[in-house]
Amino acid sequence: MQGYSLWQVVGQALRGNKGWQPAWRDPTPKSGYDVIVIGGGGHGLATAYYLAKKHGIRRVAVLEKGWIGGGNSGRNTQVVRSNYFYPASSAFYDHSLKLYEGLTRELNFNIMLSQRGQIALAHSEHELEINRRWANAVRMNGIDAEVLSPADIQKIVPIINLNSRFPVVGGFIQRRAGISRHDAVVWGYARAANALGVDIIQNCEVTGFDLKDGRVRGVTTSRGNFAADRVVMSVAGHASVLAQRAGFVLPITTMALQAMVTEPLKPVLNTLVMSGAIHAYVSQSDRGEIVIGGGADVYNSYAQRGGLPAMHVTIGAVLELFPSFSRLRLMRQWAGRVDVSPDTTAIMGRTPVEGLYINCGWGTGGYKAIPAGGDTMAHTVATGTPHPLIARFGLDRFGAGALIDEGAAAGVAH
Amino acid sequence: MLRLPCPYCGLRDEPEFAFGGPSHIIRPTLEATDAQWTAYLFNRDNPLGVHYERWAHAYGCGQWFNVARHTATHEILAVYRMGDPKPALEAGAAR
Repeated sequence: MQGYSLWQVVGQALRGNKGWQPAWRDPTPKSGYDVIVIGGGGHGLATAYYLAKKHGIRRVAVLEKGWIGGGNSGRNTQVVRSNYFYPASSAFYDHSLKLYEGLTRELNFNIMLSQRGQIALAHSEHELEINRRWANAVRMNGIDAEVLSPADIQKIVPIINLNSRFPVVGGFIQRRAGISRHDAVVWGYARAANALGVDIIQNCEVTGFDLKDGRVRGVTTSRGNFAADRVVMSVAGHASVLAQRAGFVLPITTMALQAMVTEPLKPVLNTLVMSGAIHAYVSQSDRGEIVIGGGADVYNSYAQRGGLPAMHVTIGAVLELFPSFSRLRLMRQWAGRVDVSPDTTAIMGRTPVEGLYINCGWGTGGYKAIPAGGDTMAHTVATGTPHPLIARFGLDRFGAGALIDEGAAAGVAH
Repeated sequence: MLRLPCPYCGLRDEPEFAFGGPSHIIRPTLEATDAQWTAYLFNRDNPLGVHYERWAHAYGCGQWFNVARHTATHEILAVYRMGDPKPALEAGAAR
């Protein structure tokens, strides 16, 4: 692998930038692999990387229907945080945040992590009580959180309008939360996995599974059939479609979640601001765009576009908090297909088909989970037993009633 | 923005309606196994294609009704009353 460094940049510049190599190969698929990962998003690529890096399994293919990072990995709002309520969630997400903190060095690819903090706003005394309880739970889980007064918030975010229609009465901050560049995470994992021998096969749609005696033996694709005894499905919004092809039904609903960016402007917002009550979150990217997200469209959707009603609610909420943004024009608006589970916690681990593993149900918050999702799935597939951090995230938790209901605590009400 | 044909009021814009999730989910009998009960409570077809679903005209007549809608194109393929069976849509009515 061609290392990326200042010396490399200077050296290449002196040679007219003619010596750069592709960051990953476009390999001819082999007839079989030890592990096949379906889905070339962040989770799939990270799973392949950790399989090769930590478990020495290098005959791995990542099959991607379109191009890598073209789904939700390139459509999210780049938020990383670990301020979750339940111990099982916060342990997982903090593992993820810690991996993010070292990821630029680990992958030799600048993911532009900026830990600028995330403020969750409270708009009533009752919500402030809930925020205090949430912040205390986060601290009990060993993760940083501080309750803020309105004056504290105004100091951190001078342009916020605290006397909005639903006045801001306080909030709390996780200072280690932040944003990073989502394309860099995808490309960094792809390049590092490729260097360890992983085949990244794009424009390759999985059309079915080769099943025998309740076991997976391989997959059929638009580019031929590949044999593998272990297959990981990591396809977000299409999880139900693939599961159906393998013969089982999932507790997943696919919805469109929108995000949008304004025209770029000079730095005005140096943290993430999130409001669960009026349902919006805002940050400013390094390019100067105001990045805006909110709630999902309410109905089932496999369209990678959202409707105006959901966008209207989100924009209305943002303009109440930041009236000065009313002068900005939106540059782009898009949506991703999010796979929402009944308790808004991910579904990871075994499936009814032996050898077929699933990683789905991330719903509206999969980006922050990429490093830990890959790490724990790789462990689960390599050893055959669920990684301790995801032992409670299995598909069997629904029948057992052992839900992890992060719906209210996940940051934005779903 | 969806435009839904309320069977009682006619064609109206999406913000007048409330979504009620999938239709035709049948509650199992008391003899149901744990697996059947789990499937009833949690599992959803979640199709890429025709979805049979309930809507209420919340800011109109308040009535509930069923809609068959394509989940990628959002094409409304059929509207029918609560309690009516799934309409037999011709194969290929929606891609």
